[in-house]
Amino acid sequence: MSSDSMELRGKAWKYGDDVDTDVIIPARYLNTSDPAELARHCMEDIDASFASKVAPGDIIVAGKNFGCGSSREHAPIAIKASGASAVIARSFARIFYRNAFNMGLPIFEAPDAVDEIEAGDRLAVDMERGSLRNETKGREYRFTPIPPFMRELVAAGGLLNYIAVRKKGA
Amino acid sequence: MGMTLTQKILARHAGRKGVAPGELILAKVDLALGNDVTSPIAIRAFRSLAAAAVFDRGRIALVPDHFAPNKDIKSAEQVKMMREFAKEFGIANYFEVGRMGIEHVLLPDEGLVVPGDLVIGADSHTCTYGALCAFSTGVGSTDLAAAMFSGEVWLKVPETLRIVLSGRPAKWVEGKDVILHIIGEIGVDGALYRAMEYAGDGISHLSMAWRFTMANMAIEAGAKNGIFPFDAATKAYADGRAKRKVEVVTADPDARYADEISVDLSALEPVVAFPHLPENTRRLSQVGNVPIDQVVVGSCTNGRIEDLRSAAAVIRGRKVHDGVRMLIFPATQEIYLQAMREGLMEAFVTAGAAFSTPTCGPCLGGHMGILAAGERAISTTNRNFVGRMGHPESEVYLSNPAVAAASAVLGRIGGPDELG
Ligand code: SF4
Repeated sequence: MSSDSMELRGKAWKYGDDVDTDVIIPARYLNTSDPAELARHCMEDIDASFASKVAPGDIIVAGKNFGCGSSREHAPIAIKASGASAVIARSFARIFYRNAFNMGLPIFEAPDAVDEIEAGDRLAVDMERGSLRNETKGREYRFTPIPPFMRELVAAGGLLNYIAVRKKGA
Repeated sequence: MGMTLTQKILARHAGRKGVAPGELILAKVDLALGNDVTSPIAIRAFRSLAAAAVFDRGRIALVPDHFAPNKDIKSAEQVKMMREFAKEFGIANYFEVGRMGIEHVLLPDEGLVVPGDLVIGADSHTCTYGALCAFSTGVGSTDLAAAMFSGEVWLKVPETLRIVLSGRPAKWVEGKDVILHIIGEIGVDGALYRAMEYAGDGISHLSMAWRFTMANMAIEAGAKNGIFPFDAATKAYADGRAKRKVEVVTADPDARYADEISVDLSALEPVVAFPHLPENTRRLSQVGNVPIDQVVVGSCTNGRIEDLRSAAAVIRGRKVHDGVRMLIFPATQEIYLQAMREGLMEAFVTAGAAFSTPTCGPCLGGHMGILAAGERAISTTNRNFVGRMGHPESEVYLSNPAVAAASAVLGRIGGPDELG
C-alpha cells in the first residue's frame, strides 16, 4: 500500500450504534497485547463469526459513537490485526478516533453511506480523494479526504513508525 | 470566514492562516504532559524509537500525582521509571514528592502553561488550561510518546459550542455549580468532539479558580476542550507566572459556532450531581435527606486556595459531624503552604478534618480515602461514576467546596445557610 494511491477494498461487516471497546475487544483478553491473539477475539461478543470469517481488506461499517468506552489502544490493534482495512461509521468516540489512526487503522465518518450499506456489500475507499464506492449497489459517496500526513501515518503502520521515518528523512 | 478561539490557536500552531472544523492538522505542541499512570506506557513507546533526545527538554512535564506519594510497590516502580527517564533525558519539569502537586493545578500555577498555548496531556482533564485562553486536550499514551519525540500532535479541528454567560452568581454559587448546571442541561455527551467556548459579560464575575473548575469539567460533557476569552483576570494571573511569551488570542466577530446556549448566572443555586453521572444534577434545595459518610475537598477540579478558603469559611468554629470523615487535599505544595499561612489548615484540623499532602488519591479511588460498600461521599471532584472512589456499591455526589463543608457539619448533604 503506497501513500499516494491508498485504495482499500473489501466486503462490508455492518453493526449498529455505540459499539464500545468492550465489544471490540472484551476486557477478559486484555492480559495480552499480542495483535494476533487480540484479533482472534475481535468483535466476539456481538459477532462470533467475525474473527474467523473476516477477509483481508474487509471494512467494518457502523452507526454513531463507534469505539466508546475505555481509552484502550487494544481495540484498534485488534481490528487492524484481524485483517479489516478500515472502519466507516456515522461518528467515532474521540479517543478511539485518535488511537485508531495512531495504530495505523484508517477510519472515516460517512453518515449517508452508512445508512445505505448492507452487510456483504463490496466497498472501495479512496482515502486521498475522499470517496467511497459501494460496488454492489453502484453508489458513490464523498467524505472529507484524509490529509497527506494522516495517509502517511496509516501507510507507515501507525504514529510511532511514522515519526521515526519522518525524523530519519529530515 | 471568521474563526473561534480554538480555531485561532490551532491554526497558529499548524502554521496556517485558517483551519475549519473537521479538518485534520499537524500542530506544534507548547507542552506535553504525562502522569504516573500514563507516562510509563509512553516512555516504553518512546524508548522503542531509540531516540537520542526528546524534542525539547523544557516542554515536557512529568507529574507523579495519581498514586504518589507511592501507594504500593507497583506505583513506586511506575514513578521510578518516570524519575529515571526525566534524569536520563534532562527533563527539567519532573516534580518530585515534596515539590509536586496535582498536574492540572501545578502546571498553570508554575507558569508552564500560558495563554495562547497548545498543550496536550495523557490525562483526560488536560482540558483544564482552557481557563487561560489556551487550547489543551487529553490524548493517549502513544500520542504523548510521539509528542515527546517530535514536538507535534495531530488534531481534528472541533466545531465550537458557544456558551454565553450573563448575570452575577448568588452567594454560595461557584464555578462548580455553573459547570454542573451546564452538564445537567446538555448531558455527558452534549459537547462530544466540540470545543466549549465561553462568552458574555457574566465571565467578569468568574475568578480564575472558578474558570479552571469549569474548563476542567469540559470532558464531562464529552468536549475536546473548554476555553475562556482572555481578559483582565487572565492577564493578572499570567503576569508574574508565565515562563514563556503570552499570546493574546481573540475570537473573530464573525466566527461560526455550531450551537449556542445561554446561562443566567443570577438564576442559579448550588448544584449537586447524584450518582453515577455528572449529568444527574439537582438544585441543592431539591436534594432531600441524603446522609453521608465522607467528605472530600480537593482535586484538579476544586483543590485551589480559593476552594480551601470557601470550605474553611464554612467549617471555621464548627465541628465535623460525628459520623463523617472529612478529608482535605490541597492541590499543590504552594497551596498547602498558603493554607497554613492563612490559618485554613488550623480551621480544618480543629474542626476534626484530615489534612493531606497533595495527591489525586481519593479522586480516582486510588488511595487515602477509599469508600467501602454502601458508603456515600460528597466530593468536590469531577466524576461520580460507579466505583470511582472505591467499592462499586459506594456512591459519590459532586458539589462545590462550600456545600461539601456544610455537609460535613450536617452529616447529610446540605448548604451553608442551614448551619445558622
Ligand atoms: S485529581 Fe482526579 S481528575 Fe484530577 S488528575 Fe487527579 S485523578 Fe484525574
